[in-house]
Amino acid sequence: MSQDVAFSLRRIGGVALRHLYLMRSSWPRVLEMVYWPTVQMVLWGFITLFLQNNSSYIAQASGILLSAVLLWDVLFRGQMGIALVFMEEMWSRNLGHLFVSPLRPYEMVASLLFMSLLRTLIGIGGATLIAIPLFHYNIYDIGLPLIAFFLNLIIMGWAIGLIVSGIVLRYGMGAESVAWVSVFAIQPLCAIFYPVSVLPTWLQPIAWALPASHVFEGMRALLTEHRFIAEHMLWAAGLNVIYLSGGIAIFLGYFHIARRKGLLLQVGE
Amino acid sequence: MSGDFVIEVSGLYKYFDQVQAVNNLSFRARRGVTTALLGGNGAGKTTTIAMLLGLLVPSQGQIRILGEDMLQHRYRLLHRMNFSSPYVDLPQRLTIRQNLTVYGHLYRLPKLRQRIEELADALNLSSLLDRKYGQLSAGQKTRVSLAKALLNEPELLLMDEPTASLDPDTADSIRSYLEQYQARTGASILLASHNMSEVERMASDVIMMRQGQVVHTGTPAALISAYGRSSLEEVFIDIARHNSHNQEQA
Repeated sequence: MSQDVAFSLRRIGGVALRHLYLMRSSWPRVLEMVYWPTVQMVLWGFITLFLQNNSSYIAQASGILLSAVLLWDVLFRGQMGIALVFMEEMWSRNLGHLFVSPLRPYEMVASLLFMSLLRTLIGIGGATLIAIPLFHYNIYDIGLPLIAFFLNLIIMGWAIGLIVSGIVLRYGMGAESVAWVSVFAIQPLCAIFYPVSVLPTWLQPIAWALPASHVFEGMRALLTEHRFIAEHMLWAAGLNVIYLSGGIAIFLGYFHIARRKGLLLQVGE
Repeated sequence: MSGDFVIEVSGLYKYFDQVQAVNNLSFRARRGVTTALLGGNGAGKTTTIAMLLGLLVPSQGQIRILGEDMLQHRYRLLHRMNFSSPYVDLPQRLTIRQNLTVYGHLYRLPKLRQRIEELADALNLSSLLDRKYGQLSAGQKTRVSLAKALLNEPELLLMDEPTASLDPDTADSIRSYLEQYQARTGASILLASHNMSEVERMASDVIMMRQGQVVHTGTPAALISAYGRSSLEEVFIDIARHNSHNQEQA
């Protein structure tokens, strides 16, 4: 009834539509997306209020902690957006039907990225808007560099999310906890609240190999010195090309293993 | 290879680590008829169907579907075939209409809304279209699974126990609908079933599997005659017990 094409926006939209239907049918799901970023933002907002009078570093750039926590959530939500949407297909035992349709695995990846972007925009967008009346802090005052920060962080989150999804597909729902904890393993190295120079010398090269470290160093330079350091963003973008390519390759590799081992029919709770 | 056959399998093997699930399997299924794939639990039917659908990569062997190599032209072929099984769920929290809409997009179907209405009407699902899949009875879920499988009007329909756990009335209506569909479109059906009366009613050909191999092929009548039995169920039990007997001796 229809001709085959190697890449179809309609198929990508079909998978996305399945998750949009799910979001639309359950307001607690949408609320949950905004809830945690907002809780984090409120907590760090009050810490900022306290430190403004007790720390000269915070006093000179009062938005630095709030920006850091909101931007870190971009990475975290980006990763979780991929993993949760993929695991939803596993929980509902739907992978068998999906992959006897002409849906390509890379179209599935594209759908995951789209849904992650949407979920992150809803979650972080809500928290950033609440921060304006609550703490008189508007992260959008950062201007165009905010787009570079956002893109670099969400792409790194996508890379981790794809790897995690591949692991869960390969090793089953027993590996589900990887989705929740993996990103926190690298959090101390991402220089979110402190510069890379604080880390032990031997850890610093590892930190510089993470796109997020370049973003947070760039953010601090912008907020404290009012300088946009393009080099940091170029490093982050270059590393992200490697990270995202690696993430996609690992996901597709695990998908191939799943086809060899018959895992697409066996997954579920 | 001939255009008379919709499925041609030759020298197919599937190993899961040390376990041999399918062992040098070869068979052909004729175009335009229903072929039943029979065998006891663990005979390799589901593994075979998964390989025919491309969900599972064979360890060795060839699969040709609708005259094309399945391993090379999988995506082109998946547009022309579909699958239904009560053991593979659809998303529970989506309504029937939403589920069918999502799958309609995956098959890039034109006039999708109209197609869903037609299928809902034919399968007596119209009043349930906006009900969540998870709230349906087993019989209703089976009808939805069938509607999903027929969305793209497949030339080849693979079905794994399509009437399992259904009451006789619902099972009969499903079989009747499949017979009408086949008569109207000339589609071919490969049916894995444990229900021998269903097989006798629907299948023109039978492929009997044991331990990952084909042990007999032929029409239901020929098989019954070859075993000197009065029904396909008795033939099935004969083959299954021969299997148990061999295992005990081993």
